[in-house]
Amino acid sequence: MTEKVSIKRKVKCALLNILMYISCAVICLMLAGIAGYIIYRGAGGVTVDLIVNKPSLLKGTIGILPNILNTLYIIIMTLAISLPLGVGSAIYLNEYAKNKRVVRLIELATETLSGIPSIIYGLVGMLLFVQLFKLETSLIAGSLTLAIMTLPTIIRTTQESLKTVPGGYREGSLALGAGKWYMIRTTVLPSCIDGVVTGCILSIGRIVGESAALLFTAGMANEVLGIFEFFKPKMSGSSLTVALYMYAKERGEFEIAFAIALILLALTFIINALSKLAAAKLKGKGSGR
Amino acid sequence: MKRAANFLEKAMNVIFTFCGFIAIAFVVLVTVFLLVSGIPAIKEIGIFNFLFGRVWASTAQSPSYGILPFILTSVYGTVGAVLIGVPLGLLCAIFTAKMAPKGLGTVIRNAVDLLSGIPSVVYGLIGMILIVPFVREAFNLPDGANLFSAIIVLAVMILPTVISVSETAIRSVPREYEEASLALGATKTETVFKIIVPAAKSGILTGIVLGIGRSIGEAMAVMMVSGNVANMPSLFKSVRFLTTAVASEMSYSSGLQRQALFSVALVLFVFILIINLILNLVVKKDVK
Repeated sequence: MTEKVSIKRKVKCALLNILMYISCAVICLMLAGIAGYIIYRGAGGVTVDLIVNKPSLLKGTIGILPNILNTLYIIIMTLAISLPLGVGSAIYLNEYAKNKRVVRLIELATETLSGIPSIIYGLVGMLLFVQLFKLETSLIAGSLTLAIMTLPTIIRTTQESLKTVPGGYREGSLALGAGKWYMIRTTVLPSCIDGVVTGCILSIGRIVGESAALLFTAGMANEVLGIFEFFKPKMSGSSLTVALYMYAKERGEFEIAFAIALILLALTFIINALSKLAAAKLKGKGSGR
Repeated sequence: MKRAANFLEKAMNVIFTFCGFIAIAFVVLVTVFLLVSGIPAIKEIGIFNFLFGRVWASTAQSPSYGILPFILTSVYGTVGAVLIGVPLGLLCAIFTAKMAPKGLGTVIRNAVDLLSGIPSVVYGLIGMILIVPFVREAFNLPDGANLFSAIIVLAVMILPTVISVSETAIRSVPREYEEASLALGATKTETVFKIIVPAAKSGILTGIVLGIGRSIGEAMAVMMVSGNVANMPSLFKSVRFLTTAVASEMSYSSGLQRQALFSVALVLFVFILIINLILNLVVKKDVK
């Protein structure tokens, strides 16, 4: 004998179910709509010419090569700064720090950093690197700003990965007479490399999508910078996102804007796939032992 | 040999300790810079005139620096985004975590991850091209770039945060709760809404607060769709947020105007700190 569910309850449940289906459908359709529209408007614009040229009034060419290179430079430089600092910080938190309160304080600071909006980073970066350190609006000032911004991500993922390294590894290594640094270098670091990689991928995603923090630090120039120029001060350049903003908002050239949007969308897709892969590997490692 | 190794150990200890404290150093750095550059203008304008002044005319003959329009716009915009985004996101999270068949759940989760990765300027672009004209036509306005368009874009942008955080929270509710409720004769839907969601309350709240943080700090996307005029906020008027006030005038500002922009950033920072504080209270409550 099963208790009958009253009509009122049935209607209520059905209503909630319908609402849930609708909201999921709305969200999925929205993504499909956004992606579809960007592909529709941008696909015609992404040509070889666009990618290998720089904008020039004299030659009448338009192109986003400088922006692609700038984005790449900023990624490399930002990671070169934030990776050692972030990994070092995670190692300190997990291996060296003995005082629980200190650890909690540092974690609180990291959380605070990750909550600060990028426009504030842009402002502080401008005050600190552009004006105080006299780097002027340059790629290096932009990268330094983004390095502060991506630090929390790298610290967190590295720390999570460090926690999965079994204590026995450390004890074994120390018992064999290894010093603490030797133990970390030879035992702990190799085991947490996938966490570091995940942090890198997530940071790259954040750097690629960042615009507000770069507007006043890295500048808006569209010149091609050589490999040895980009770390010099005073070399300003806009990333893909900043270029998109300038083309869409300031100049109203929507065709290029959508072409850049399509490239950014593709990058987002690739970065997402990579981070999923890295996360799966990290998780597999954690449960494998 | 031994001494060299010892020295290396000590040196690495110092280096790692330095790295460990760098996050704190950066937080202090950001706070100090904002305070030092933000306070002079507030002092000169007067804190009451600054915070509650209703007119922002930084480039006028006799300039007026009141940021109440920005504060209210940011608050209204965020409240609007939460009102639209949270119910939508929460229902989606509940469905994905508990009701969806496995394949569909994975599809939705991937879609949400992709949404969260899309750069804000791309949202801004889509907003400019699709939402702004749509709002103009639908409500018969001279210009569609207004608070309403900004709210829609912000609602979309906070969705991924709300969904992924609350979904994780809903999933981590012990299975026994569900089984007990089902055994007592509640339907699956009733169980989910009356047992599981209340049990995941603090996680869901965390998601909402994170969404609020993202919404209040968003600059580029709202800059592209909100019209960027320093009006007192109204749904169909062109408005300026705290973030866009900083971004739009910074490049050509000077003197007191520039300092006032730093003060705006300081106000924004205080908002974010309050949100962080709330977040910590919510999370800590969870641990108890």
